Order: sequence, then C-alpha cells, then structure tokens
Amino acid sequence: MDMTRAPGSDVAISFCAAAGLGLQTAEDLTRQMLSKAGYYVFSTREYMSRVRGGNNSTQIRVSTQPVRAYVERIDWLFALSPELHSNITENITEETKILADASVMEKEISSLGRKMIDLDLAKRAADLGSPKFSSMIIAGFIAGIFMLKEDSADDLIEKRFSDSDLSEKNKKAFRVGLKLGEEYVEGKPVLKIPDKPGDDEIFLDGNSAVALGSASAGCNYITAYPMSPGTGVFSYFARNAKLFSSVVEQVEDEISAINMVVGAAYAGARAMTTTSGGGFVLMCEGLSLAGITETPVVVHLAQRPGPATGLATRTEQADLELALYAGHGEFPKALYAPVNVESAFKMAGQAFYTAHKYQVQSIILTDQYLLDSGYDIKKPDPSAIPAPISPIKTESGYERYAFPAKGKYVSPFGVPGFGKGFVSFDSHEHTEDAHITEDRSLRKGMVEKRLKKLEAMAEEALPPIVLGPKKYDTAVICWGSVFEPLKEAMEIIGWKKAALVACEQVYPLSDEFCKIISSPCKKIFVEGNATGQFARIVRSLTGEKADELVLKYNGFQFTVEELVRELDKLLEKKS
Amino acid sequence: MIKTEFDYTEEISWCPGCGDYKILESLKMALSELGLDPKEVVVASGIGQAAKMPHYLKCNCVNGLHGRALPLATGIKASNRSLTVIAVGGDGDMYGEGGNHFIHAIRRNPDITNIVCNNMVYGLTKGQGSPTTEIGMKTPTQPFGVTSKPLNPLLLALSSGATFVARASAADTERTKNIIVKAIKHKGYALIDIFQPCVTFNKINTWQWLMKSTKWLDEERDASDKFEAMRLSMESSPYPLGIIYRTEPGRTFEENQAPYETNDDTPLYARAPSLESVRKLLA
Ligand SMILES: Cc1ncc(C[n+]2csc(CCOP(=O)(O)OP(=O)(O)O)c2C)c(N)n1
Ligand code: SF4
Ligand SMILES: [Mg+2]
Repeated sequence: MDMTRAPGSDVAISFCAAAGLGLQTAEDLTRQMLSKAGYYVFSTREYMSRVRGGNNSTQIRVSTQPVRAYVERIDWLFALSPELHSNITENITEETKILADASVMEKEISSLGRKMIDLDLAKRAADLGSPKFSSMIIAGFIAGIFMLKEDSADDLIEKRFSDSDLSEKNKKAFRVGLKLGEEYVEGKPVLKIPDKPGDDEIFLDGNSAVALGSASAGCNYITAYPMSPGTGVFSYFARNAKLFSSVVEQVEDEISAINMVVGAAYAGARAMTTTSGGGFVLMCEGLSLAGITETPVVVHLAQRPGPATGLATRTEQADLELALYAGHGEFPKALYAPVNVESAFKMAGQAFYTAHKYQVQSIILTDQYLLDSGYDIKKPDPSAIPAPISPIKTESGYERYAFPAKGKYVSPFGVPGFGKGFVSFDSHEHTEDAHITEDRSLRKGMVEKRLKKLEAMAEEALPPIVLGPKKYDTAVICWGSVFEPLKEAMEIIGWKKAALVACEQVYPLSDEFCKIISSPCKKIFVEGNATGQFARIVRSLTGEKADELVLKYNGFQFTVEELVRELDKLLEKKS
Repeated sequence: MIKTEFDYTEEISWCPGCGDYKILESLKMALSELGLDPKEVVVASGIGQAAKMPHYLKCNCVNGLHGRALPLATGIKASNRSLTVIAVGGDGDMYGEGGNHFIHAIRRNPDITNIVCNNMVYGLTKGQGSPTTEIGMKTPTQPFGVTSKPLNPLLLALSSGATFVARASAADTERTKNIIVKAIKHKGYALIDIFQPCVTFNKINTWQWLMKSTKWLDEERDASDKFEAMRLSMESSPYPLGIIYRTEPGRTFEENQAPYETNDDTPLYARAPSLESVRKLLA
C-alpha cells in the first residue's frame, strides 16, 4: 500500500528545536513564501509544556494539491537541538534529508544510523553578525530547494523587521541560505508549482478561525482564565479588542469566567468564554445556571489529554461526554465539533446562532491539533454567519420566562433597561416572572419548557459531511479534527465501498446522521480518545452499536499513514 | 416604614425579627432617595437568606449561584453602563464561597455597590459557622466550637485596593441608608459590610450585642486616610460603624474596556458585529 500521495506532489518538512530558539521566524517565512509562490501549504505544531529547552517540532507540508493533514513522513528535517523525540526519530528513513550543524547533531544522527548534511549554521550566522540569523539561513535554504527567486521573501522580511538595517541583514542571511539550497538541488526544484487560484486565499489556523467566526457572530464579551490550548482564541480577541469593540477580561478563575459571561449575556451581550477540560469542569455549575436561566452563552472547550493536568500541550478528543453531560440537572445544549479550519469559522458562528435562537448553551469542541494547525483557505465571508438576534423592547408586565406561544419554543428575550418591563433572572426553579417557586405543576411545566427546545434544535441540527461512493457498505464515522487526516487516508485507500461520515454537530444529532446510523451498513468510529465516546453517545441515542473502533490517545493526532494502515486492514477484512 | 417605588408586596420568607428586613428597608430608601428608575436598577445576588433580597424589591431581580454574585454583576454592568448594579449577599456567599471573586472584583473595580449582610453565620443552611463567625461559637457542624479565625472583610478590601469601604448596621436604617446612597454614587467598586442579627441561629451576635459592641463614626469625618482606615478596621471594642475609607475611585473596569473607550455608552446588545473588522483581519 502506498502510504502517501504520488511522489513529486508533496514535500514534508519538519523543524525541530528547543523552545526559545526562535525557529518561529523560519517556520512562518517558509509557510508564507511558499504559499505566495503558489504551493499549497499545511502547518502543524507539537510542543512540550515548557518555555525553554525540550524539543518541539513543526511540520510544514508543501503540495501541488490542497493539503490539510499531518503525516509521519519526513522528507526534510531541520534539526537545531539535540535529543530528538521518538515521534521524529521513528520516522526518519533513508530518504529523509537531515540538515543541521554537525557540531550539534552529528553524534546523535550517526547513532541513529543516518547521515546528515552540515549546514554550518553557527559559523555562517556568526559571520553575518549574530547567531540569530540561523533561522533566516534555513528559510533561505528552503527557498533555494524550491528554486524561488532571491527576492521572494523580501517583502515578508521587511514586514517582520521594521528596522531597515536589521531587515537588510536578514535579507542577506536569506540569500546565503538560498545559494546553499539551490546548490544542493542542483538547480532542480523539489516540487513544481501548481496552478493555484491564489488571490482570495488566506492562511488561517484553528485559533484565528474560531475567533474570527465568533467576532462575525457579534461576540462582544469574552472571558478566560489562561489554560492551553484554550488561550489562543482569547489572545486573538485581546489583540483585536478595539477592532471587535469587545470586552475582554482575564478573570480570577473559570468559575468567574462563566458567571461573568452569564451576567453579560443576561444584559444582552453576545458572550463567550474559552478554556480547556480542567477549566471547563469548574464551569459546570455556571453552565447549569445558564441552563435554568435560559441565558445564551458560548463555551469554547479546547480539548487536551486528561485526566487532571494530563498532557498540557497535546491533543485529544476525550471531553465529549463531559461536555454533553456538563452541569447538574437536565437542560438542553448544543455541541459543535469543527472538523477543520473552515469549519471552525462556521461552527463558531453557528454556536452563537443556536445559543441565541434557543436561549441555550453552545459548546464548541476543538483540540490542540486543530487550533495549532493551519493552511490556506478561501477567505471566509463574515456576512455568511447568521446575524445576531436582537432583544425585544419589553412591555410593562413583561415576564422573562413566560410560557412560549403556541408553535414557539422560547420566551421573548428582553434585557434590563430596554423597555417598560422588569427583566429578572433566577437560578431557582422559578415562576414566569422569575421568582422562586416550589409549585409542583409550575416546576413540571418549566422543565418541559426548557427541554422542548431540544426538538427544534434537533430538527435544525447540521447534517454530517458525507464523502465517498454514493453506495457504500461501511460508514467510517468521525467528529472534529480527525476529519482531514481520515479524508486523506480514505482517498489513498481508494474508499473501498466505504463512506466517510463526519459530524460538525455532535449534539443533538441530525436526522440525516440518524438515518445513516440506522442503515444496515458496518460502522467504524475513528476517535482521538481511548474509549470511543462518540460511539457510546450514538449508541445511547440511537441504539446502534459500533462495529469497530479506531482510537488514539497518546497525545498526538492520527497521522494519515496510521489511518491508511488501520482502515486498509478493517476495510479489507469485511470483503 | 416609608413607601417607595421599590416596594414588593408579596410574602417575604425571612424569620420575624431578622436583620435583613432592616437592610432591605435601607436599600429601598436609598434607591428611592437617589430617584432611580426601578427599570434601570439591577440587584444581583448569590444564594443565602440575604441573597433572597432581590426578590423582595421591585426592580430587575437577578438571583444567581452561591458565591457568584460579583462576577455576574460585573458582567451585567460592563454590558450596559447605564444600569445601576448592586450585588448583595451574605457573609458566607461573599467571603466564603465567593472569596476569590471578592478579592478580584475589588482589584477590577467595576462601578457596582457590594452589600454584605454579615450575620456571622450561615443562615439558610441552618446555622453553620461562616468566615466571620467568632472562634468558639458552637454550631451544628462545629459542635465543639469554631476553631478558625474570623476573616476581616474591611481589611481585606482595603488591602485589595477598594476605594470605598464601609461598615453599617441593621440597627440603624437611616445611617445605613445614607451610606448606601454614598456607595451607589461612588463611581467604582464600593463595599458595605452590614452587621445583621440572625435571630434564629446566631445567639452571640444579637441585637443587644450589636447595640453594645458598635459605635458610629462621625458622618462628616474625612475618611481618606488609608492607614487610619486600616487601624479602624482592626478595632473591635467597639466596632466602628460608618465610612471607614473613601478616596477617588480611579478608572473603573468598564472604562478600561474597548467598547467604552470613546465614551460611547451604547449597551452591548445594541451594537452590531464589526464585520468590517473581520474583513480587515482577513485582508
Ligand atoms: C455551591 C453551593 N454550595 C452550597 C450551597 C448551600 N448554601 C446555600 S446558602 C449557604 C450559606 C449561606 O450563608 P450566607 O451566605 O452567610 O447567607 P445567610 O443565609 O446567612 O444570609 C450555603 C452553604 C449552595 N447553594 N451552593
Ligand atoms: S435564619 Fe437568620 S438570617 Fe435567615 S431569615 Fe432567619 S433570622 Fe434572618
Ligand atoms: Mg450569613
């Protein structure tokens, strides 16, 4: 089985370095200049939970076709720091070209039984005036192997270094690297340039996509207590608070984070909080408060491996059941699981729409892999995100929790200070005008009022993405960020009468999804957790059991190759 | 009792003789004296006996979770600056379960008034020790007496940077009302810790104790000396009542937020998404 695409169509470059070494410049420049030159580029990061030292890596895949997933293959490895991790060393092959400083890496590379190419970076950078130029020499080298023009990154360098002297020196370093690269490939570029419809594309990662989708939905109140990988979205808002005209507050804990957005949303803000599993658990009581008070809030739950502190900077999909059952008592909520960057933008918008339309809580489940991965996408259109729903101007005698009119699911949403009515809010079971009650029939009515919304939410639930042959005997089912690696894997396998079914909304389930699930096909669930949480939820909601589970829970995303191996086996077996 | 626009006419579930009735009266008198429109007033609380207070007022009633009134109130005020926002609750609510929020709300300085009905006991849950209970008081859950030291809310507020710190008493509705008026007018976070007898569960800090153990400070005194305020906060025989500390509030939480930077008071609900900004970032 050929594990990847046709040779000559795809180049995988990995950068490895200790935290704090400043390889970011080389990575950013590589991505930007190759994208500008017309290649399709995908980038993803994996890093240790430390500020200095260790060994982190970034993978940049350059391709002649759209590329959106992580592979284990390494064609070019730029290794700046010793003690490479096994996720790198295991994937170094005969074909991998290893570029490094012999003084730093020679021993380690030869102990792996491999040869390396000495870039002599330390000396070359010193000759140029500072060890900091290493990064620029590497970027130049990469430009060289793709045979880019020597001025191809000049504008990017100028943008990066406002000081003109510094910028000139960096351009010089870039050209030094470029020469070396060109010589290395003897003038033959490693990949030909495809016809990419350039212009209206932009590089976006998951973090920016969630933030921009939320801003398009009108999010104007965001809180967080820093926790990887949930902080990226918050930082994006903090940087752009003025542009978005948004309240942005780093709070004392996640309990404050959720209660503050509940207060804000009660007063009419479009509010969101962002966190990871550990912080989300602290938000559960607040989520339940939003539930009984029918306050629209959005929670971005950026998953990382647990339990407890788990692996702070790694990825996993193990908080689905937590999210579904979060908060004591029974109340409806909507769960979205963006499958890629475009989807992250859309689902963020959808989360706000549903939260406000049904006065419920939407949870956006992402993960470290999705948030830290990016590629060029067609520029998303902010006006494609549903416009916010305005509160009504209240009349005197307004009742916040009035039983909905026939055919309606929600009480009209008023806010304090707008209109003639009082707008109240109560965490107890309450009367229609939001006062404490222990009346049994009222209690029953209020429970039913809240839960009934789920019917309409299910009717409006987003159908899954279904790819592959029209007629299939197997459904390969995933949710969230597993989608892109799985899609590439299925393309490589050649589908084999299997369809790929990916859920962007995991709760409530759409009719379309339930139909597929209850059809007689074989069901294989592919999930980034140890127990098959989505399979279990689907079974509890539909009675349909998974036939096979493909699971991963070592802190890394599935690689394309891994999925090819697994699915090839499973799809072979059935026939 | 004088009539106000804020009067609520239905049943109140506090015990007869509870200090909370008096605090409620002071609050209504203060709101009325300030001429506030009840539609523009939000009283937010957590859970406890004192925290039922919003239900007993005619205004926008917000009754949230135990301990969480301050973040809730902060979110409300920062979403609509024209509202008058008051956060009310008990000593357990504000200093125990919500202790972390108490400290950080003060640092944040939202323009809200924080009223704490301090009965030195958990009333609603039937008499357990609270963060302000005196050492030695026997309770159903501390049958051999409370052993932890009581917290000093005034000192804590001062050291966290509060610019308006007062202690009042359920035994004097008029003076307490005056303090609430000043606290609401204070443009920034203001704390009023109010001694409140719980006639059912606290047999130590009774009405008689309150009369015997407190002394009002001169209402006209200059309260801007922070060291003096700290000293007063530590006095306990008698406990001083009145405005302990008052100074310029500085910038509020809301003023520091992007939507209000240009002094545009438009509430957040009335603001359209900035699609142009998103496009700019995508350019
Ligand atoms: C998370 C949570 N824990 C515990 C409780 C139970 N509880 C309700 S009120 C209260 C203490 C009330 O004491 P205080 O805040 O001093 O108010 P008081 O009744 O004395 O006015 C407790 C422990 C709760 N409602 N929520
Ligand atoms: S239990 Fe205490 S605090 Fe509660 S209403 Fe009765 S007297 Fe007041
Ligand atoms: Mg109390």
